[in-house]
Amino acid sequence: MSVIPSGHHRRLIPWRIDLRGRGDDGYLAVAFALAAIVAMPFAALVWLAASGTSSNWAHLATTILPEAARVTLQLMLGVAVLTGTFGVVTAWLVATFDFPGRRLFSWALVLPLAVPTYIAAYCFVEFLHFAGPVQSAIRAVFGFQSSRDYWFPDVRSLWGAILILSSVLYPYVYLTVRMVFLMQGRKAADVARTLGASQASVFLKVLFPLARPAIAIGVSLALMESINDIGAVEFLGVRTLTFAVYSTWLNRGDLYGATQIALLMLAVIVLLVMVERFARRKQRFTLGRADRPQPGSQQLSRGKAVLACAACALPILLGFAIPLLVLGDYALRRLDQLADQQLWRALFHTVTLAGTTGLVTVLAGFMLAYGVRLTGSKRLKFMTRLAVLGYAVPGTVLAIGILIPLAGLDNWVDARMRAGFDVSTGLLLTGSGFAIVYAGFVRFMAMGHGSLESAFTKLSPHLDMAARTLGRSPGATLFEVILPLMRPALLTAFLLVFVEASKELSATILLRPFDFETLATFVYSQTSRSAFEDGSVAALLIVLVGILPVAILNRSILAETARG
Amino acid sequence: MKRLSTARTTLPFALSALFSAAMAAPAAQAADVNIYTSRQPELIQPVLDAFSEETGLTTATIFIDKGLEERIKAEGANSPADLIMTVDIGRLDAAKQAGVVQPVDSAVLTKNIPEHFRDSEKEWFALTARGRVVYASKERVDADAINYEELADPKWKGRLCTRSGQHQYNIALIAAYIAHHGEEAAREWVTGLRDNLARSPEGGDRDQAKAIFAGECDVAIGNTYYVGQMMTNEKEPAQKEWANAIKVIMPTFDNGLTHVNVSGVSLAKNAPNEENAIKLMEFLSSDTAQKIYAEPQLRVSRRARYRDVGSRQIVRRT
Repeated sequence: MSVIPSGHHRRLIPWRIDLRGRGDDGYLAVAFALAAIVAMPFAALVWLAASGTSSNWAHLATTILPEAARVTLQLMLGVAVLTGTFGVVTAWLVATFDFPGRRLFSWALVLPLAVPTYIAAYCFVEFLHFAGPVQSAIRAVFGFQSSRDYWFPDVRSLWGAILILSSVLYPYVYLTVRMVFLMQGRKAADVARTLGASQASVFLKVLFPLARPAIAIGVSLALMESINDIGAVEFLGVRTLTFAVYSTWLNRGDLYGATQIALLMLAVIVLLVMVERFARRKQRFTLGRADRPQPGSQQLSRGKAVLACAACALPILLGFAIPLLVLGDYALRRLDQLADQQLWRALFHTVTLAGTTGLVTVLAGFMLAYGVRLTGSKRLKFMTRLAVLGYAVPGTVLAIGILIPLAGLDNWVDARMRAGFDVSTGLLLTGSGFAIVYAGFVRFMAMGHGSLESAFTKLSPHLDMAARTLGRSPGATLFEVILPLMRPALLTAFLLVFVEASKELSATILLRPFDFETLATFVYSQTSRSAFEDGSVAALLIVLVGILPVAILNRSILAETARG
Repeated sequence: MKRLSTARTTLPFALSALFSAAMAAPAAQAADVNIYTSRQPELIQPVLDAFSEETGLTTATIFIDKGLEERIKAEGANSPADLIMTVDIGRLDAAKQAGVVQPVDSAVLTKNIPEHFRDSEKEWFALTARGRVVYASKERVDADAINYEELADPKWKGRLCTRSGQHQYNIALIAAYIAHHGEEAAREWVTGLRDNLARSPEGGDRDQAKAIFAGECDVAIGNTYYVGQMMTNEKEPAQKEWANAIKVIMPTFDNGLTHVNVSGVSLAKNAPNEENAIKLMEFLSSDTAQKIYAEPQLRVSRRARYRDVGSRQIVRRT
């Protein structure tokens, strides 16, 4: 279905071309309302941070924050480099060369996305610990008795955290970059090759620069998740700023100070995002269209093919095989848990919540992205930029930002109803599925909106114009032209959010109703009483719940690429 | 234009159905007593079941380990919480300071719970106590008695393990040290502990036992509870090996007292089911409940507790 005239050379058209029509003001109002709903928790946090003064700042600033900032920066740097390397190298290999197992690798490389960071951390520690299989084997081979007889790196360390987080987060980079390599990269690479460039210099001088925006998107998702992570870093003993937020809040009883640190971190992240955008402001990425995105078919020599296989297998091994092995081992001894009703209820809750969150987030993300496209409203664009920041806020802190306005609304309605009708409505939204979905919606807007926004930039505004010129109303344009073209992107966005939401833990814990477990909270409750093994079956289910969407995700992104 | 396949048209509807299902999850499936707890539900469920059996009253719980007070505060007058159950004195006090609890006048509670295990303003009541003890390597440590002060002694240099000093269990221990010896001495003690560490603090209490088993350190600070958990772990026999590598030493301060971590209960400020909630509080302090608490895993319940501090019994049972 080629709606786009083939051979049409497309440039990003400046947004000031106005695509608006009658009724768009109404649309804009709805989009603003949506953006406001997303922004509300941030407003609540700002209010919270401003409403009290922390007595701890002097102490924090001199003793804790500098060290925490250093650790956080090192962690971010490490994760950026490692996810970048894993993601770009594997994407390049599967997109450029033909080697045995490429088809398998091309989708298996996405699998680690199904493994939550905190579960990966536990599995790695179990795997690499003294009593785990690796060290036991070493001792058996060399006849060592105690850990003092030999040196073994401690996975509970900064480098361990970098390795573990990168192993499960690199798929973000892989997915975004592979798309570029398959689409725009192919042609450019072929041209460069024709002109005599070596494979290596094609990669360095053509593909890598071309993929830079995609790398930035993928890496920034990985970084935001690393920054807001508490489960893994706490377990690994890595004192990041997020760790400082939690300890300031819970150990010093200083929620104000904690919120202030969290907002400060957010400000730094905004700054980083702006710097990155500024750095590539002059670059124009024209989106030439490959007629059919074909992965490269260059055969590799035997030795190189083995290397390519190894390079692709390594991240899958780290991010997927090891966690699966550890969980599977524990789970096999606990198959009786499968008879537990509670586990299946938790599974049901996980799937419904993740599905709902995905749906709501994608709908809203679409409305925002389309609103910006349609109207070019600067203010809406700004609001949208804010809207995607939820991913960088530690989950529990964000949950408090949701709790306050939601409970406030509930209590207000209750007071009104009491006064007016002498009926108490109690808490309607607080402590309901709604609150959890709201949290996921705010948290994962970055995924929902991001993939839609980039898909929109690939749709020429000429399409809208043509449809309108041919007499379609704005609504008809949306339903007959835009939506069908956006369908793969919508699916991609939904699946990304679904997978993330099914792993969500910290906001769910704080906002959930009575006797309500998701798989993630179930695992956490076992883990927090030092019985991670008892959560292994549930943890395995989280991974399994993620695998199917991740597999579909891989196909839907390829489909999106094909439509280009 | 490609026609929409059936699957694709039905998908949104299926999801919408899920959506409504999730939305319908009611705000509060109000039971007769509703509990917000920062202690794992698995650990209190047996006692709650016994309560339901005895009284016919139902209970509902939410496990929230971070932000429990904030949630109740935000919910305000309409909060469905009746009881707040927390682990550690610090969290009990935090709830009190946050103003989300109220005093309870109950002759039963006063009778069942010794004075120093309840708040003087009746805003919290301790239910269980776990000794904060020393795990020591059976092989490499000869001593059978250690006091807390001694852990800072250079003789343990490079031999000590503990979880993060910022964990509530260790904070409470340091607070106890301050209470016994004053701030200055506590500073010296903590510095001494730090200098003795075999590795940077990480993991939970159980991981410290594992570290002794691995030979990474010889002594560690941990709660009694985890030893019981490891000893009784039928599914992971390896953990019995870890537990077998250590002996539990019940340390004391110089003045002969052992530090315990308590867990306790408070009545929520706006408890909708106050009467039932107090019934449950009283039940939790009763012999029946205390027996259940004490059973599963060596966690010393409050009443079996330190009539004689440093309970030989416990040491022997491990």
